[in-house]
Amino acid sequence: MTAYLLKRLAIALITLVLASMVVFAVLEIIPGDPARLMLGMNASADQVELLRNQMGLNAPLALRYLHWAGGLLSLDFGRSYTYSVPVIDLVRERIVVSLPLALIALALSTIIAIPVGLFSAGRHGRAGDTIAMGAAQLGVAVPNFWFALMLIYLFAVWLRLVPAGGFPGWSAGVWVALKSLVLPAIALALPQAAILARVTRSALIEVLNEDYIRTARAKGLPFRAVLWRHALRNAMIPVLTILGLQFAFLLAGTIIIENVFYLPGLGRLVFQAITQRDLIVVESVVMLLVAAVIAVNLLVDLSYAVVDPRLRSRQ
Amino acid sequence: MSLLEIEKLSLTIGDTPILSDVELSVAPGEVMGLVGESGSGKSITALTVMRLLPWAARASGRIAFDGIDILAASEDQMCALRGDDIGMVFQEPMTALNPVKTIGEQVAEGIRWHTRASRADAEDRARKMLDRVGLPSAQFPLSRYPHELSGGQRQRVVIAIACALKPKLLIADEPTTALDVVLQAQILDLLRDLVAENRMGLLLISHDLAVVTEMADRITILRHGEVMEAGDTARTLSEQRHPYTRQLAQASMHVPARARTHEVGQDDPLLQAAKPLLQVERVTRDYPGRRKSLLKRAAPTRAVDDVSFSIDPGQSVALVGRSGCGKSTLARMILALDGPTSGTIRFRGEVITGKSEAELKPARRDMQVVFQDPYGSFDPRQKVEKLVAEPLHVLEKKPTNAERREMVAKALHEVGLGPRDMDKYPHEFSGGQRQRLSIARAIITRPKLVVADEPVSALDVSIRAQILDLFAELNQKLGVAYLFITHDLTVARAITDQVMIMHAGKIVERGRTSRVLDHPQSEAAKALVAAAPDLHRAIARRLQEQG
Repeated sequence: MTAYLLKRLAIALITLVLASMVVFAVLEIIPGDPARLMLGMNASADQVELLRNQMGLNAPLALRYLHWAGGLLSLDFGRSYTYSVPVIDLVRERIVVSLPLALIALALSTIIAIPVGLFSAGRHGRAGDTIAMGAAQLGVAVPNFWFALMLIYLFAVWLRLVPAGGFPGWSAGVWVALKSLVLPAIALALPQAAILARVTRSALIEVLNEDYIRTARAKGLPFRAVLWRHALRNAMIPVLTILGLQFAFLLAGTIIIENVFYLPGLGRLVFQAITQRDLIVVESVVMLLVAAVIAVNLLVDLSYAVVDPRLRSRQ
Repeated sequence: MSLLEIEKLSLTIGDTPILSDVELSVAPGEVMGLVGESGSGKSITALTVMRLLPWAARASGRIAFDGIDILAASEDQMCALRGDDIGMVFQEPMTALNPVKTIGEQVAEGIRWHTRASRADAEDRARKMLDRVGLPSAQFPLSRYPHELSGGQRQRVVIAIACALKPKLLIADEPTTALDVVLQAQILDLLRDLVAENRMGLLLISHDLAVVTEMADRITILRHGEVMEAGDTARTLSEQRHPYTRQLAQASMHVPARARTHEVGQDDPLLQAAKPLLQVERVTRDYPGRRKSLLKRAAPTRAVDDVSFSIDPGQSVALVGRSGCGKSTLARMILALDGPTSGTIRFRGEVITGKSEAELKPARRDMQVVFQDPYGSFDPRQKVEKLVAEPLHVLEKKPTNAERREMVAKALHEVGLGPRDMDKYPHEFSGGQRQRLSIARAIITRPKLVVADEPVSALDVSIRAQILDLFAELNQKLGVAYLFITHDLTVARAITDQVMIMHAGKIVERGRTSRVLDHPQSEAAKALVAAAPDLHRAIARRLQEQG
C-alpha cells in the first residue's frame, strides 16, 4: 500500500513539473509582447525595452522559467498587468466562488447520478430503464447555458426564490451567498449527472453479470440488497474516474455558466485575462488548475485502492 | 418423503424450449447426480429450483421443496429459502466471490441476513464454518480477501457460504470442474461429509460420469432438456439400458485407436539415429517475490526448478501435474513466450533461449499451440479464413491470397471441416468445432511440435472423444510430436506414449504412460492417480458395496 501511494505521488509530482514546463513554453511561443501591451501602442521602442529589462523578459529562457516556477512554489504568482494587483489576490477572490460552486455541483451530480444508475441497471432493458436513460440522453444533449436560462426564468423571474445572477460575497452571509450559487450549480450538475448516470448504469450492468452476484443471490439477499451491497462498490472504479474528470471540468470549464449568472469565478478571470493578454494571470491560473486536476487525479487513484483490495496488495 | 420433487418441469426462454417434462427427486441425506452434456439443461434445472432464472424464462410444472410450491412462491419466500434451506455451489470458484469483500464478510452476510444475528455472533459462526471446510483461522483469518486464496480454497469458501446455515438441500453445479484432480477429490470428500453430518440432500450436477458415479446414490441423465434415464447409479451405468447412457459411458472411457505408437517406431534405426526434436536442459524459472515493503521483497518463487527432458520427433508426451506445479510456465518457455532464469532449450538442435523474435521465426514455424478455451482463443470479429491463416506470417515467403485460401482449406479438411467454413465467424461453430479450428490453426504451418494446454478439458465427453481421435490421427498422418499439458489422467492415458509428472516445479517421474499411471512410484504421481476419478473403478466399487 505504501509503495502504491509513493508511486502515485511521484507520478503526480513529475506530471506537475512537466505541465508547468508546457504551460510556460506555450505562453512563450504565442505572439504578443507583454511589455508592449502594458505600455500601449504609442510607447517608443526604448520605453518597451526598458520595461522588458525591468520585468526580466530579456533574461535567458531557463532562468525565467526557474524564476517563475520558484515564485509559484512560494505562492508568489507575480502582478497582473491589467489589474496591477498581485495575481494571488485575484485568484483568492475568485476561488471562493469557483471552488464552492464546483463542489456543490459535483455533490449534486453524484446524488442524482448514482441512484438513477442503480435504478436503471436494476431494470435493465425494461420501461423504467428506457425512460431514465432517455432523460439522461436529453441531459447530455441540452446545452447547459440554455438550461441555465430556463432555471433563471422559472426560479428567479417567476417564482422569485433565488437571485437571477451576481454574487453578493460570503460577507453577506453564508445563506445569501449559497442562494446565489444554487441555480448555477444545478445548471452545471445536470449534464454531468446525466453522463455519470450512464456510466454508473453500464458499470453496474457489467458487474451484475458477474458470478459473485449470483453467489450473493443464492445466499438469499433480495435483488436490491445485492445491487447496493455487492454490485455498487465493484462498479465504483469507472464512476470515480469520471467523477475526477468532472471535478476538473467544473473548476475551470464554467466560463459560460459564470457569464450567464454574472459570477466572478476563475473561469471569467481566465477569459478576461486572455482577451487582455494578461499572460501572467493566464499562466498562474492555468497552473493552479493543472495542480488541482493532478491533485484530484491523485485522490481518485488513492480511492481506487480504498475500493479494491486487489490494488492494495499489488506492488 | 422426498425433500425436493420436480414433476413435469418445462421451461422456455423467449420462444426457445429449454426443458421439457423433467422429473427428478432428492430425498434427505441422498446424493442425486444430474448428468448431461453442455446445453442439456442441467444448470437451468438447478437455477429453476433456486428461482434465479433470467427474467425472460417461463417455467411450468411443479417443484415441491419441503412442502413449498417453488414455482408459485413469492420472491420474499424464495429469499427466505435461498441460503437458508437451499444452498448452492457454483462451477467457477475464481469468480464466485466478491473481490472487494473479505471472506469473513461474505460468509457472515448470509448468516446475519437470515438469523438477524449480531455481527459478532455471525462472524463467530462464519469462523466455525470456515474451520469446518478446512480453512483454519491461523492461515485464513476472516479478513482475507478472495484474491489471496487459490481456486480450491475459494471453492471451500463458497461451500462455507452455502452450508453456513445447514441447508436441507445443497445444489452443487459442477463444483470441481475447474479444479485439479487432487483438489477435486478433497472437495468431493468435503461434500460427502457434509451430506452425512446434516442429512442434507445433495443435487450434484456434473458432466463427468466418473465423478457422479463416485458420489451419487441415484442418477438422472439429461439430454436436450429431457430426462433420458434415471435410477440407481451403479445399476444404470452397469446395465446401460438406454442407448444414450451407453454412448455417454463409452465416450467417457474412449481411447483413440493408435495404429503405431512411438515405442514401436523406436525400433526403426532411422528414427533412433534422429536427434531429439526438443531438448530442455536444466531449465529454471524464478518469479520475483511479492514486495513486502518499499525496499524489501520476499524470496523469489521458483516456478520451474532444474527441469531437463527431451521429446523425439513424432512422440506424444503428457506433462501432468496439479494446478500451480509449473507446467504452464514450462510450456511458455518451450514456446519461447517466456525466457528461463537459467538453462537452455533446444528445438531441432538449435538453442531458442535468449533469441530475438526475428531469429525465432523459423522455430515458430515448427511449433504451434492449442489452448484450452475454444471460446476465448479466437477474435470474434474475424472470419475463419483469417483466423486459421494467422500463423502463416512466420513463413519465409508470404503466400498469395489464392495460396493462402488453399492452405486454409487443406488444414480445415484435415481437421474434418469443409472449405465452406472458411467464410464463417467463430460464433457459428460449436465448442468442439472451435477446438477443431484451433487445431487447424496449429497445423497449417506443418509444425513438428504442437503444445496443447488442456485441449479437451472444456469439452463434453463425446466431443472430447472426437477431438482425441483427431489428435491421434494427425500424429499418425503428419508425424507431429505433442506435448499435452493436462491434469486429466484419462487424456494422458488415451493419447500419449510417455508421461512426465511435475510437482512443485520439478519433474518427479517420467516413463511409459501405461507404466507410470498403473504403477506410479513418486508420491506426487501416486496422489494424482489415487485422486483421478475412474468410471470403471467407480462402478465396480458401487456394485461391490451393494453386494
